[in-house]
Amino acid sequence: MSEPLAEPTTAQAVVDVAVVYAGDYVNKMSGQRIERECLTRMERGCRALVINFQDTELVNSIGVSILLGVIDAAEQSGTRLAFSNVSVHTLKLFELLGLTRLVVLADSEEAALATLEEFSATPPGH
Amino acid sequence: MSDSTRMVLHAFAALADLGEEIAETSDFEEMVRSALHVVLGTMGIRRGAVAEFDRGTGVLRFVASRGFGDTHPAEVNLPRKSREGANGNGNGDGSAPYAHALQDYALVEHEIHERFHEAGVEVVTPLVVRGELVGVILLGGKASGVAFTQEDRELARALGRHVGVGLHNHRLLREVERRAEENQKLYETMKGSYKDTVRAFAAAIDCKDKYTQGHSERVGKYSEIIAREMGWGDEEVEAIAIGGYLHDVGKLVVDRDIINAPYRIDAKQSSELNRHPAAGYEILRPIQHPFADIPLMARYHHERPDGRGYPEGLKDEEIPPGAKIVSLADSFDAMTTDRPYRRRRTFDEVVADFRRNSGKQFSPQVVVALCRALLKEARGETRPRQMMRLLGRDYVPEHTLPALEQLIADLESGAHLTTAQASGPA
Ligand SMILES: [Fe+2]
Repeated sequence: MSEPLAEPTTAQAVVDVAVVYAGDYVNKMSGQRIERECLTRMERGCRALVINFQDTELVNSIGVSILLGVIDAAEQSGTRLAFSNVSVHTLKLFELLGLTRLVVLADSEEAALATLEEFSATPPGH
Repeated sequence: MSDSTRMVLHAFAALADLGEEIAETSDFEEMVRSALHVVLGTMGIRRGAVAEFDRGTGVLRFVASRGFGDTHPAEVNLPRKSREGANGNGNGDGSAPYAHALQDYALVEHEIHERFHEAGVEVVTPLVVRGELVGVILLGGKASGVAFTQEDRELARALGRHVGVGLHNHRLLREVERRAEENQKLYETMKGSYKDTVRAFAAAIDCKDKYTQGHSERVGKYSEIIAREMGWGDEEVEAIAIGGYLHDVGKLVVDRDIINAPYRIDAKQSSELNRHPAAGYEILRPIQHPFADIPLMARYHHERPDGRGYPEGLKDEEIPPGAKIVSLADSFDAMTTDRPYRRRRTFDEVVADFRRNSGKQFSPQVVVALCRALLKEARGETRPRQMMRLLGRDYVPEHTLPALEQLIADLESGAHLTTAQASGPA
């Protein structure tokens, strides 16, 4: 359970954006890993985060709650959060549970990064 | 798949997750945190908390909380009013558990709702197990912004039942642990006072016999060392030490003049003195000892493997092992301490006596154990050197060790039998 932090791409580094990969099953264990990676990025000053769900087949209740916690932490630190590559099934669940109202949604990581970059160019309060 | 089917499946999976978390997480707070995650994740809720209720103090203690930051206290004292309400009998004597569930828990629910409404709590679910309030779940609004439906509340209650059982079981476990700890302390105290009583008895016995000061205590110590050398367990070793302390307790009923006679006693006096093992048994038998064989150790400590002992003339295998050990410890102390009519024997003489009397007066296995323990102490292989402290540092001289080793070897091989038989009865 000590996967290294997902390395940001060059573009990400320039605008302080990080990508975290969610893995195939978001449950307590992997959820806590995602949460740790996101919080570490935020603590290091990252103000835009993408969680990439490209491999995710299932998110259980604990996974949902942990993601809601990440959303809370992002709001509190003024970090913009995007979910990318969410499968149809998971997207439906996120919709029903209200998560989609709280994050930027993008079909691909690139699209998510582009949206967040746009945002980062005009940070709040400027 | 319809939305409602999707939600039902998600909720079913959540129930399974919850069961797993409650059953498999041994850390209580971790278990409650996970349970809270399940509840929040099932309905898409950002804020929530689980608190356990202490019936004795009326305090709700928050065990897990998410999304509230520091906006709620760690504990909340539930006012008497709602506690009595929840108690159902309203007499406030605390005699009945929190019975009469529904309308009374509504009071608790209402009370908490009032207090936490400003913090964003929308639903309060009392956790009730067997009619007893064990805690509450506090839930903030749904992330979807949709108001709670009746189904949501039912779902929260259904999940809450599992969480409640988790809290309840944990409470029972803590109670059992607390009682076990208390019992252990009580047992230790009782054992302590039992030992003090035993020591007092031993001192009383030795007081009566002015020439054998400390004899009982030494016999206890030697018995303990021999038993340990024979591989006995801690409990049995503790028991034999007590058996050693008390072996002569029957002397309390023997005439002091006979015990203290500064010369060899006559036959009548001897038979009076020989009553002491049976008398000791009668004294010890009615006492509830933590160890079973103690009265028998007193009764049979003058029996001999060759059947020439008293009071019953038992043969080797009929004598309880504890009594055999105490018997040797008793004789060993008698040989190694000065008496009014003779000085103590040298260690050479003691070894010779062991050789001559093994299989007759003493059990060979017990003699081997004592000899091994002596050998180890003499060679400094065991610390502390308990026997050397009792015998005096120079009592076992270096030059006697080969004879001691030879005796052990002979007893173990059975070679002593031929020598002993050849020399005839002593
Ligand atoms: Fe005796």
